[in-house]
Amino acid sequence: MVKDFKHIQTAHCENGVITSLLKHQGLDFMTEPLAFGMGAGLFYLHVPFLKFSGGPAISFRAMPGGIFKRTCNSLNIELDRRKFKNELKAEQFLDEKIKEGIPVGCQVGAYHLTYFPKEYRFHFNAHNLIVYGKEGDNYLISDPVMEEVTTLSSHDLNKVRFSQGMLAPKGHLYYPKKIGKIDKTTIQKAIISGINRNIIYMLKAPGPIIGVTGIKGTAKKIRTWRDKLGPRKAGLYLGQIVRMQEEIGTGGGGFRFLYAAFLEQAADHLQDDRLMPISDQFTKAGDMWRTSAVQMAGIYKGRLTEQKDFDDNADILNEISAIEKNAFQQLAKLKLK
Amino acid sequence: MKKKDLPQDKGFIKEICYVKNSEGKYESDLSTGWDVKKEALDNAWDDINQQIEEAKKAIAAGEKSPIYYYFVKTLMDYQVLAGYTGFWKCSIKKHMTPKGFSKLSDKKLAKYAKAFDVSIDELKNPKI
Repeated sequence: MVKDFKHIQTAHCENGVITSLLKHQGLDFMTEPLAFGMGAGLFYLHVPFLKFSGGPAISFRAMPGGIFKRTCNSLNIELDRRKFKNELKAEQFLDEKIKEGIPVGCQVGAYHLTYFPKEYRFHFNAHNLIVYGKEGDNYLISDPVMEEVTTLSSHDLNKVRFSQGMLAPKGHLYYPKKIGKIDKTTIQKAIISGINRNIIYMLKAPGPIIGVTGIKGTAKKIRTWRDKLGPRKAGLYLGQIVRMQEEIGTGGGGFRFLYAAFLEQAADHLQDDRLMPISDQFTKAGDMWRTSAVQMAGIYKGRLTEQKDFDDNADILNEISAIEKNAFQQLAKLKLK
Repeated sequence: MKKKDLPQDKGFIKEICYVKNSEGKYESDLSTGWDVKKEALDNAWDDINQQIEEAKKAIAAGEKSPIYYYFVKTLMDYQVLAGYTGFWKCSIKKHMTPKGFSKLSDKKLAKYAKAFDVSIDELKNPKI
């Protein structure tokens, strides 16, 4: 049992696990926007040919696990992370850590997560939670997207740690093992490396599937959906984009508000006001993503049905792509070192 | 997004969102839900429920086996079911036909029953 574990609700599960675990280790400066930005979390990806739940496979954030790894790396924090073949060994290792008083992060599948609302229980394997104790057969769980702490029986926890399918967690467990000296300069360096890495992700990736050109790629596809898929399926496809963009964990606007909040905090840590107008641009991008969602909802509710409505939507996405491109180019021009 | 514009519609859980307060600074705030995304989720569930209804008809018509019905009902894809049962995708496809299903041993049936969280009896005679 870990004494005095403080539950923190965050927008996104992975940021939340980082923030809580590092705060627990005494790193009081850590916030969700900082964890997200240091980990270069902002992203856009539209995987061609791949379907997820029968719709387009789109992501607004970096690959699961990546944010945690990069944030810890940039702060010189040594991580212990392991996966298991054997379910019993996975449970034993978890029990050991809890006995030692170490709260740990676990990757889990959402489908069998008993405390989740039924509506959100899909076979999605990249959810993260913290186990911070055990009472009898029940593990004490701090799930960052929930308001309060909760519990899972050993049977139920085992089930979600060994859920199957794409990105199967295989008992994946992680915690900060060794934290070196972290001072003002370390934090500044971590912020700058996060920003510079994110510039590369969003601007420099080749092909029309990643980053700002990926957003344009989606826009181009949307123009064809009405004719190619028919109104019903096209509506479901658009609904899937809205879900990826706004469902639990994004902080709204496909993580763009979270990134704007990060730049605001970065301006403070770096004592650099030039970041503020750029933060405003990400706020604008987030607002426009939400405008786009409202427009898409018009289509999947059947209120908007014309090709022009699909074109209008594609136009909004092109505009967003231009705003984000400009914002990252301005970040690049600052040449932060 | 401004704090005063944060939607407070009907949803499933209260979620954290990042919003600008009256001083123009970012802070986190709770949102009870947003109709736009609830409708997207409702639509997705309508589609799933429709697929379940179609699976029921396919079973009644003798076109598919109960494996297919539970597969649709539990929202699985082949990778998920292959992971839980250890069967290859092509075998699973065979087991989804009434003929392939009738040849399954009790041991194999038990694997499917466990994956779908039902008894072998329920697996053989789904309550449709």
